[in-house]
Amino acid sequence: MSLVIPSWQVETRKKTSAPFALSAGATLLLAFAVPFLVSRGVVQDLFFILTMLVLAQNWNLLAGYAGLISVGQQAFVGFGAYAMFACVILLGVDPLAAVLIAGVLSMLLAIPTAFFTFRLQGPYFAIGTWVIAEVVRLLLAQWKALGGGTGTSLPREAIRDMVGVGLMRDVFGMKASAAGDTLTYWLALVLMVSTIGFVYGLLRSKQGLGLAAVRDNEQAARAVGVNARRMKAFVYLAASFITGIAGALIYVQKARISPDAAFSVIDWTAYVIFIVVIGGIGTVEGPIIGVILFFFLQNLLAGYGSWYLLILGLIGILVMLFAPRGLWGLFSDRTGIQLFPVRRLLRGGSLNRTHKGGPHG
Amino acid sequence: MNWLDTILQGVLLGGLYALFAAGLSLVFGIMRLVNLAHGDLIVLAAFVILALVTTLGVSPFVGALMAAPLMFAAGWALQYFLLNRTLGKDILPPLLVTFGLSIVLQNGLLEGFSADSRRVSAGSLESASIALGPVNAGIMPLMTFLSAVAVIVCLNQLIYRTAVGRAFRATSDDPVTAGLMGIRPQRIFALATGLAMVVVTIAALYLGTRANFEPTSGPARLIYAFEAVIIGGLGSLWGTLAGGVILGVAQTVGAAINPEWQILTGHLAFLLVLLFKPRGLFPRAMD
Repeated sequence: MSLVIPSWQVETRKKTSAPFALSAGATLLLAFAVPFLVSRGVVQDLFFILTMLVLAQNWNLLAGYAGLISVGQQAFVGFGAYAMFACVILLGVDPLAAVLIAGVLSMLLAIPTAFFTFRLQGPYFAIGTWVIAEVVRLLLAQWKALGGGTGTSLPREAIRDMVGVGLMRDVFGMKASAAGDTLTYWLALVLMVSTIGFVYGLLRSKQGLGLAAVRDNEQAARAVGVNARRMKAFVYLAASFITGIAGALIYVQKARISPDAAFSVIDWTAYVIFIVVIGGIGTVEGPIIGVILFFFLQNLLAGYGSWYLLILGLIGILVMLFAPRGLWGLFSDRTGIQLFPVRRLLRGGSLNRTHKGGPHG
Repeated sequence: MNWLDTILQGVLLGGLYALFAAGLSLVFGIMRLVNLAHGDLIVLAAFVILALVTTLGVSPFVGALMAAPLMFAAGWALQYFLLNRTLGKDILPPLLVTFGLSIVLQNGLLEGFSADSRRVSAGSLESASIALGPVNAGIMPLMTFLSAVAVIVCLNQLIYRTAVGRAFRATSDDPVTAGLMGIRPQRIFALATGLAMVVVTIAALYLGTRANFEPTSGPARLIYAFEAVIIGGLGSLWGTLAGGVILGVAQTVGAAINPEWQILTGHLAFLLVLLFKPRGLFPRAMD
């Protein structure tokens, strides 16, 4: 007599996974070719969308998965940007290398930052991160070599002689400024793809499962051996690394920095929160939907000054109250479609649905 | 004598920060809600007082007296119709809704009152001062500090000596059981936010007469209020006053060394307290 052991398999694949992967690949190829097909203005718009998406994915990872609600991510955008400026202006480093250094320095900044903010619980963590961002802003505004409170510009030669710009000029016959825009756009694209890859990979890994468990019930997760604090610290450091890189890259393209702009809570946190909330917090797809909607709203309403922000705030409040899982949540609930599935499903074996009770309930 | 004067000014400034913080502390104590729009509500109240003073020609104190019931009603409605919906186990909805509210308030005020710096004139009281031994204290800063003390005494009396206060404490401990005893937590929360808005109006009176303010001044007031609460320790109103004083002294001492350092030294004092006393100097609450 043989005992049949059902062979269970844990899967996250869905029916839509294969077609989605194909179309995502095709879109990416197209996205790389975009600078040859459209005007410089469109490339700059796309650069903006990509970098905002990177910031939104990071904030979503913090707030939607690790339960770390930060309103101080502008600390890392601004610090990354200033670190890049310092490397280029004071040390003469190539801007592209400076972007990477800025990411590492931002992560180093996150260590003492986490030391302070992790002492604050729940809602007070949020304001704590804001205080840290203010402290970093006030300290950098004292740095006279980088223009103090009024800020400074990147030297023109730094962009013109940036690694790759000369090559693109020779190969594609672009002007230096267009080559610079194309290069930063491609880097933003790479950064966006690797950020989504990292976030999605993390969520599908064992650590990601632990993270979801901590989010849903921290005590229960700790009881089964998840080190909640370490997970949160890891996510916080990773998010500050990527946010720092994004900040530095944004300011390579802007080429002009000031403390008020680089540490703007509206530009780097309020917009980002809006993108994540309206798209759907706690999903990888949400920020993608959110950033597209945000871009169209911005173009539609930009002429209305403060009415624009007022309307964004109202939309954010309404979405939070009546559709807390955002637009993607509404869509996903109705259709069951998930483009980045992270839910683990048991496949194979036979589900004995009638069996109830027993030693394991 | 100069240092003594600096420290006195800091202590009196601390009274203003304690007034900012008392409303935040009250709301958090009763419903575990951190209102990220708290600073913007203070600025809103200052604009309401300004509007009353300029249109009716009354003194700022009368203006504040008239603004208080309006702000109470606004706070009651805000809590009853909006914020109560967000309360629950998840801390994300209240934080994000109040953050959205903060942006709505700032930009609404920008539309209504433009970005100009404003000030509520308190007439001759502004420059009046009184000799306290070797140093002089301005009448308005002194009144600010005494008002902070009075507000804290009143709030403590209300919370620990009256039936409403008992309902506050019961709802804070366990809203479900309080509900079984005939208390409606939704109304208690609304009442608490209304009350916090009255404190906010008092804070706004002194904010508006002391210095210039503009529609975007809110977030900085929220941060000072928050720092005063954390330095003092959660759950203790007297601790909040001490926190405000420490913050105020740190700022004036910093400003005396280098005017650019005023805000920074305040933040650094906060971080130092967080480093050595993560639960604040006078903690009372266990959460």
